[in-house]
Amino acid sequence: MSARDSILAAVRANRPQGKHPLPDLPAFPLDDGGDRTGFFLNNLRAMGGDGVREGEVADLLAVRFPEATVIASAVPEHPGNRDLTHVTHPRDLADVDVAIVRARFGIAETGSVLLVDDALIVNAVAYLAQHLIVLLDPADILLTLQDAYRRPEVQWHHYASLHTGPSATADIEGVLIHGAQGVRSLTVLFRPSDTPISYPSASRPAQ
Amino acid sequence: MSGADEQRTAPDGLPALLHEELRAADDGGARGADGERLSHGEGTSRPLRSLPPEPQPRGAKLYHRRPVDHNEAAQRFIDAPRHAQMHDERLWDLRQKRDRQMHGIAEWEELRELASSIKQHTLANLGDYLEQFETQAKANGIHVHWARDGAEHNRIVHSILADHGAKSLIKSKSMLTEEVGFRDYMAGVGIEVVETDLGERIQQLDDEAPSHIVVPAVHKLRTDVAQVFADTLGTDPANDDVHYLAEQQREKTRPLILDADAGMTGANFAVAETGTFVVCTNEGNADLSANVPPLHIASIGIEKLIPRIADLGVFIRLLSRSALGSPITQYTSHFRGPRVGGEMHVVLVDNGRSARLGEPDFWQSLKCIRCGACMNTCPVYRRSGGLSYGATYSGPIGLILDPTFNRKRYSSLPFASTLNGSCTNVCPVKINIHEQIFAWRKALAESHDIGVGKQALMKAAGTVLSHPRLYRAAITTAEGALKLLPDFMVTNPLNSWTARGRDMPDAPRETFHQWYERTNGGREDEA
Repeated sequence: MSARDSILAAVRANRPQGKHPLPDLPAFPLDDGGDRTGFFLNNLRAMGGDGVREGEVADLLAVRFPEATVIASAVPEHPGNRDLTHVTHPRDLADVDVAIVRARFGIAETGSVLLVDDALIVNAVAYLAQHLIVLLDPADILLTLQDAYRRPEVQWHHYASLHTGPSATADIEGVLIHGAQGVRSLTVLFRPSDTPISYPSASRPAQ
Repeated sequence: MSGADEQRTAPDGLPALLHEELRAADDGGARGADGERLSHGEGTSRPLRSLPPEPQPRGAKLYHRRPVDHNEAAQRFIDAPRHAQMHDERLWDLRQKRDRQMHGIAEWEELRELASSIKQHTLANLGDYLEQFETQAKANGIHVHWARDGAEHNRIVHSILADHGAKSLIKSKSMLTEEVGFRDYMAGVGIEVVETDLGERIQQLDDEAPSHIVVPAVHKLRTDVAQVFADTLGTDPANDDVHYLAEQQREKTRPLILDADAGMTGANFAVAETGTFVVCTNEGNADLSANVPPLHIASIGIEKLIPRIADLGVFIRLLSRSALGSPITQYTSHFRGPRVGGEMHVVLVDNGRSARLGEPDFWQSLKCIRCGACMNTCPVYRRSGGLSYGATYSGPIGLILDPTFNRKRYSSLPFASTLNGSCTNVCPVKINIHEQIFAWRKALAESHDIGVGKQALMKAAGTVLSHPRLYRAAITTAEGALKLLPDFMVTNPLNSWTARGRDMPDAPRETFHQWYERTNGGREDEA
């Protein structure tokens, strides 16, 4: 018998007794105090990220990262100087100082942003860069994590990652370090998007 | 209980700090963008003051065919006071952060109940969900493999690597790969494996197993890490600043990540509905491992399945809150298929799980989502260190998982518990951990897998505990016995509670029942 068939046979033979129905998932309410963007920003900052309500990408770069020389942009709002569409190996992005990407949506409950493969162009840029700027349309901030998991974005893409602040570790004596293996900082900039994205259906058809 | 068990609060109302010097009001590194102190971890912009080194206590000594002696290793851990204190306080700190998160969510208990029910349902229908996951994953272009045991898993991964001519592999933390001896196997076939999680990398470089399933090097002090890095990475042995150490690891690991032939991750959840697997990390290392090399292999235990993508809305809300006391991990990544030009493999691993499913007393342990909350709250774990268990899984969850892998070797572990039930109370998927610990004691006694002393004690305890009146008589005399009996009888080796390092507790002046009668249930004044 193949490993597959013997494992499947074993879990079926050893099925636990009793009824174990799959529960329905209630939608739990969350009070954002009537200020969803403020709630989002507070939760983002509590996880070590930062948020800016308005402004140009170029100004943010000039103020926050004046020393940055290699800018990789995956958004039309800023040209950058490292082309992401012609990368032969992700390692070629190891020298990127700042990457600029757009989030599909944000989550107020946790201060998270969803980054997906299509928008990143090269997935690894969101981790190899030293700093990350994330553009987010404030109209795309969902209230709860539960809401996020009812959206097509999390299930449609081959790669979709919720980022909540920058990379972090507290593995040595509990001391918090930002910039463990990934980006050292994450800044969300509110910028409405003029290119709406639609998904064909709630579930991606099998290829 | 030590003083550390009390809820400690700093002047700003947030949980107290582990490091006294971080109390300074002007320390910028500990604050977020809005100036508030970050409470999901401890930050400082300054080096902590240097301490003279205390040698790190090592884990349990392993002998062929002999049970692990948890007591002996735990005693050595306690004998290193600075290690023992930091360990105890750091883990209690995590427990307090978890409590703060829990109190912020009105539906917490409902979420635990949902998580438990979803897992029970999945396990009761695991064959169907595994097949559904396989179908979906294959449709998305993922290669799906099945491994009956650890050896088969290692052979499969080796053959995938060999097919690609891969000689180096970067990986993120995975308890499953610890369980199956993955790194040892790969060393034997000449493939270089590099752990990329900071804690796990420290443990790999020190040739030590992880001592905790979430914070692998939590038993080490920064002086230990400085020594390990000096010996293996050539860093300054005199510099034990945590920022310096973390930065050194980042800089030294980055080239290995960039040049690796393949990447490996585990998975926290595998979604049958969509064929997605989910990896939750804080450092960004799993996403680098998955997204930089052209080949991504994920090793997934078959118990990681959940039915629906929407179920993640329950589990992700519970996982990091229970583990670290943060509302979510910095990264929650969903993999549904290979990236353009890349290749993705999933290995579904049984390794004893299907057999455990058939054990009525123990199958619920398969609900575990590896958050470590039971370890953080356990008074025995906090004071003995994870390596004293001499097993892949330590702490309360380890006590009930390890004997399933090797009944004889881990026969003494279910006794490393006070059965206080705190583990069960904090478990986000409501595993009845302390009841299973007791059930293991019974099972091991019945199969004569434990020593004579523990068997005799179990029998006596069983008789006394099953007869309430005998029990009350026994505890009424406990104080008298402790006072009158010569010490050699109280600390008789037959009394397995009084190993070295466990003093016999002071017996209370009167029992609850005596107090209740005397004061009419507390309604009358205390005399």
